[in-house]
Amino acid sequence: MKNKLKVLRAERDWTQAQLAEALEVSRQTVNAIEKGKFDPSLPLAFKAARLFKLSIEEIFQDEG
Amino acid sequence: MMTDKNNEIISKEKSWQQKNKSSTAKLGFWSTAWVLSMALTNFGPRFIWDLNISLTVIAVLLNLALGLKMVLANIAHIKALDEMQQRIQLNAMGITLGLSLVVGLTYSNLDVLELITFHADIAHLVIFMGLTHIIAIFIGNRKYQ
Repeated sequence: MKNKLKVLRAERDWTQAQLAEALEVSRQTVNAIEKGKFDPSLPLAFKAARLFKLSIEEIFQDEG
Repeated sequence: MMTDKNNEIISKEKSWQQKNKSSTAKLGFWSTAWVLSMALTNFGPRFIWDLNISLTVIAVLLNLALGLKMVLANIAHIKALDEMQQRIQLNAMGITLGLSLVVGLTYSNLDVLELITFHADIAHLVIFMGLTHIIAIFIGNRKYQ
């Protein structure tokens, strides 16, 4: 699954650690999601969507 | 320049970090207490209280109680992890359980069938489980880097 997390984070000038804490996950998890190595659960995707004030589809895109 | 949002995020960061650190510290504390009580249970009867039955029973019960407390602390620790860390832990526990069962029974067979010259000690299995879990956690973390 592709995502725009890294771009959205950079636009707000946030570090991975800051985003991680806002989402209540570890920095390693944010890094893995940004790299597409780990797909977040639906609750975590909703949390990210609320944080960035976007819909889930605007952040995450299915590659299939 | 730091925005209000960033400040808000940082204050939230502390609480999440604190929660995580607290559960890890508690797990460390109860694990250490359990290991020490294990040593006391094993060496106390012979080297400290001269095989006194009452003290030995108390030590065994204390060891059991601290072991249960350690399990509860481990559950709390895993609940405090995020979803990726939980997945890494779950995979590592699955690998550890599976390999320990298969390798443990094979090891026992080797002893029963007298294919090894030494006794298959339970401590060997505990060491195997510990090493397997550590390696599985390491591989799990590498996978998501």
